[in-house]
Amino acid sequence: MILGLITVGSVLVISLYLVISGIPAIKEIGLINFLFGKEWASTADEPKYGILPFILTSVYGTCAAIVIGVPIGFFTAVYLSKIAGKKIRNIVETAVNLLAGIPSVVYGLVGMLVLVKGIRLVFNVPDGASFLAAVIVLTVMILPNIIKVSVTALDAVQKEYEDASLALGATPVETFFKISVPAAKSGIAAAVVLGVGRAIGEAMAVMMVAGNAANMPSLFESVRFLTTAVASEMAYSSPGSLQRKALFSIALVLFIFIMMINAVLNFVLKEKKGK
Amino acid sequence: MSGRRKIYILLMRVLMIVCTVLTASLTAFLLGYVMIKGVPHITWELLTTKPSYLENRIGILPDILNTVYIVTATLFIVLPLGVGAAIYLTEYARNKKVTAVIEYASETLSGIPSIIYGLVGMLLFSNNFGTSLLAGALTLVIMNLPTVMRTAQESLKTVPAGYREGAFALGAGKWRTIYTVVLPGCVDGIITGCILSVGRILGESAALLFTAGFAHALNNIFEGLSSPGATLTVALYVYAKEEGEFGVAFAIAAILMVMTLLINMSAALVGKRFAKRRSI
Repeated sequence: MILGLITVGSVLVISLYLVISGIPAIKEIGLINFLFGKEWASTADEPKYGILPFILTSVYGTCAAIVIGVPIGFFTAVYLSKIAGKKIRNIVETAVNLLAGIPSVVYGLVGMLVLVKGIRLVFNVPDGASFLAAVIVLTVMILPNIIKVSVTALDAVQKEYEDASLALGATPVETFFKISVPAAKSGIAAAVVLGVGRAIGEAMAVMMVAGNAANMPSLFESVRFLTTAVASEMAYSSPGSLQRKALFSIALVLFIFIMMINAVLNFVLKEKKGK
Repeated sequence: MSGRRKIYILLMRVLMIVCTVLTASLTAFLLGYVMIKGVPHITWELLTTKPSYLENRIGILPDILNTVYIVTATLFIVLPLGVGAAIYLTEYARNKKVTAVIEYASETLSGIPSIIYGLVGMLLFSNNFGTSLLAGALTLVIMNLPTVMRTAQESLKTVPAGYREGAFALGAGKWRTIYTVVLPGCVDGIITGCILSVGRILGESAALLFTAGFAHALNNIFEGLSSPGATLTVALYVYAKEEGEFGVAFAIAAILMVMTLLINMSAALVGKRFAKRRSI
């Protein structure tokens, strides 16, 4: 009983701490100025604390990663679950599990040396550490989650549905995409939402490739995400200062995003159970 | 078959194969790249010394030890908590509402990004115990609680009710039944939970940066827990981003890669044995 309550307690404590430490700065700066301010200059003489660039970067970055990553993950999942032979499935699933287990700093490291350099050379920009590099890293990082959850959902589709469709004269490929996929759609939706959660919460890998300047998001610009905004200034902000308080407020905003994503996820999963 | 259908089928087939090949080759590239760049830098000296400015040398022994310490400490705390909570939920809990709240809470916990754990860990633990491995371990305990709880719960559910009834029939009390019959029956689930947690701890960096710090001192486990220290992942970050020592960073990355492979393989192995035994 007590042990179970520790779990509940931790959630409460985390939420409480974030709200308590996040509110003061918002009060001081003003909610509108904080959320919609276009400029972040925490160390300037006249500090400005507007986090709109971070919010937009996080939202755009996540959307872009989802738009690229979901189709790739989706088609791979259908192939693995429905068509691939046992051997191929085994090999690719091992690969996917490895992708899922690689620490994010390793993604960051490879991104720094391959993507950042590659982007600088290919697009001929002064610095490759950019929004684009972060999006690519995020795409690769959410891929395994999307594939794994979708494969599980597709595997669970009842064989009778597929058999009936095949008996009616549909080819296997048509059956998989027109029968199996719709039958597994809530599972696939859950996979997408999980992907969003992982992309928006990722900090270290993004910090290593995104360049970390507080610009508005644009493809080749160096940008800062909500997560990296917290991580990059926390180390040298002094305790009690408005700068540090503002960082906690950013964490609060991030936390609210995650809570909304969790709510959507719960809704999707409940829909599945209801059927 | 109409031409349109043929094109549709062909298109879908091509898309599927292209995407699968893309995923597989991406992994192969990552693995190959890190290994080729990293393995040549793994030397005996790197693995067995601590960094020294005087001798102009970088060693990762302290980071390896710190990782071992933090994994040990985290598992030591999270196992009783997680397994205990799972036992309560599956064996004792009668109140559906309490169970639902606990399960909802653990789902929420597993969705929170690690940087937020890092912040709260900093406020909650580092401000009380100082920036130390212990503060990092406590933060990781909260992070891994859902994983351990979930896997223990799953395997507790698979212990047949007949086992429990048999034990009760022989006159064993509730606690004795759990201790002697139910728990041994779900050891593999607990081991799986452990393996998954170790994987997560090894890969964690954002939550540790502000709680455990990034010192490279050589300590024994008790000194180590009370003083700041970098784990392998944090060390990788510091060497790559702050110091530009890419050779060392790739060496650590290669080690982490191999560890990840080993962890995945052992998790699959335990899972297989688990399935086999259940089917008898």
